[in-house]
Amino acid sequence: MSKLELPSYLDQTAEVRQRFDELKRREVILDVQNLGKVFASHNGPVTALEDISFKVYRREFVTVIGPSGCGKSTLIRTLAGLETATAGQVLLDGLAVTAPGPDRGMVFQGYTLFPWLSVKRNVMFGLRNQGIAGAAAESEALEWIKLVGLEKFAEVYPDQLSGGMKQRVAIARALAAKPRILLMDEPFGALDAQTRTKMQSYLLEIWKHVDITILFITHDLDEAIYLADRILVLDAHPGRVNEIIEVPVARPRSVDQFIEPEFLSARQRLDELINPPTSADETDALDLARLAKVGDDVKPQV
Amino acid sequence: MNSSPWFAPRVALPASRERLLTALSFLLPLLLWAAVSYTPFIWHPNVEISDPGSVAYFREGMQIERDVFQQEYARQLEEGGELPEGRRANPVYLPAPHEVAAAFYTSFTTEPRRRSEQWLHESLWHSIQIIFWGFTLSSLIGVPLGVLCGTYAAVSRLQEPFIEFFRYLPAPAFGALAVAILGIYDGPKIAIIFIGTFFQQVLVIANTTRQLDMGLLEAALTLGANRRQLLFKVVIPGVLPQLYRDQRILLGWAWTYLIVAELIGTSSGITWFITQQARYQNFANVFAAIMLIGVIGVVSDVFLARLGRRLFPWQRASHRA
Repeated sequence: MSKLELPSYLDQTAEVRQRFDELKRREVILDVQNLGKVFASHNGPVTALEDISFKVYRREFVTVIGPSGCGKSTLIRTLAGLETATAGQVLLDGLAVTAPGPDRGMVFQGYTLFPWLSVKRNVMFGLRNQGIAGAAAESEALEWIKLVGLEKFAEVYPDQLSGGMKQRVAIARALAAKPRILLMDEPFGALDAQTRTKMQSYLLEIWKHVDITILFITHDLDEAIYLADRILVLDAHPGRVNEIIEVPVARPRSVDQFIEPEFLSARQRLDELINPPTSADETDALDLARLAKVGDDVKPQV
Repeated sequence: MNSSPWFAPRVALPASRERLLTALSFLLPLLLWAAVSYTPFIWHPNVEISDPGSVAYFREGMQIERDVFQQEYARQLEEGGELPEGRRANPVYLPAPHEVAAAFYTSFTTEPRRRSEQWLHESLWHSIQIIFWGFTLSSLIGVPLGVLCGTYAAVSRLQEPFIEFFRYLPAPAFGALAVAILGIYDGPKIAIIFIGTFFQQVLVIANTTRQLDMGLLEAALTLGANRRQLLFKVVIPGVLPQLYRDQRILLGWAWTYLIVAELIGTSSGITWFITQQARYQNFANVFAAIMLIGVIGVVSDVFLARLGRRLFPWQRASHRA
């Protein structure tokens, strides 16, 4: 296969470089320092995460990607406080966090909307926990519902919504509690391909209008590039930071950019990191000798 | 529509067939019963004497086994005496459907033989009260305890091993003890229903509570819920519909303890009525009373299922209560 002549993913246009310079001068929202997580198992301790360090700046969009088993989910759950780290620490606005709290909102792959509450009451959940009175919480919740374009569905139970709509409610619910950072654990992983692309654009649109920092887990290379300022690439066994890629694609993003050279260069680099070439091509190893070779064309066999 | 197969694994039937089969599920046993009752050559092991003839111990209206009747008949034939007459009959303990149907009405109008005795509706009402109190008392403690066991590992560890042991002890075994402690009237009966229900209830509800999607609790935590809010705003509303279904099933179990409970101390309620009517050989009334228990059970369950759909509207779309 002849490779496309692509610029290096490290080449940044002046505009993009300036954006990153400016970004890194912002305050640090999330500071992860030498984070480690070891699980006890029947076969002895298993290291899920080892010495993970990175920073997320204000209003930055960071995606985390890695081969399966790299501990992406463990990482985000540890940041949320749903798992406890066995080494290192997580600082949010400079303060160490260990337990879950409303300052780190989370959107899960499995929706996790409260089925007994209407869309509106789901979004009000975090506000009510903070002691905001009913009427105030309600009008605020409606604002968020409007932001995700579901004002017609405010009184509907989650059961009656499609997967994409559920996830929009989950985003509104998490944002309504005014977190410092939004943690998203493969939020679009359960959606079909078309809905997923639509949701990605939606999310970028929301992010444009809300002062929020996002850490987003995915296993989809295009999604990782399309959304991110920087991509945290993890290695598996144990989960370690392999590389942090600065995405050379200009903002604002659009789906047309999927075929731009900058996008493709970043994609090629991600592909190298996540699917390293194996010594022998694995398909060659398949024992297909007893099957007649048909090839890729459909030709009538004489 | 009619060409669809009757036996396709896990495939729902068309509504018309569902109705047909539901009707048949009641009609088939009824048909069998009617066949045995109304066809003289099916079963009918006895002969009801209509004319005793010369047989000394035969009386009119008396039932006698068929071979005994035939022996006596043959003897009279030999001795030239007057031949007895009779028709084949089922034993008194198997009344015909129409007799039982009539008894649904007449058993309510059968006057008690003694003044201290109760009418059927009074007996039934008494039974319903026993069930109500036994089940309510059990639920008042069992439901909260079950939810706590399902929510907190510490409560579960402290309670469930003992309850797991205790639930194997048959409730009726506590009858004598209950009478000694609570007297001979309603106390021990309510206690038996309580013992029969409570221990199952805690375990069933604890299990239901444990089924709650952990993701909901985690989501609530990231939305700033504290421990109290987790319990009252997530766990309890989250398990409520399934908990309600459990309660319906448990109520059915409570009914199964009723008869044993009512035999303890002074016999009372529907059980007393059944034993009394059996003693008087009013078996149609006995059958009617037993079936009434079934009718009350089914009717109350259908009512509770409907109520459940009202109470938990968010379940209407995808799950059936």
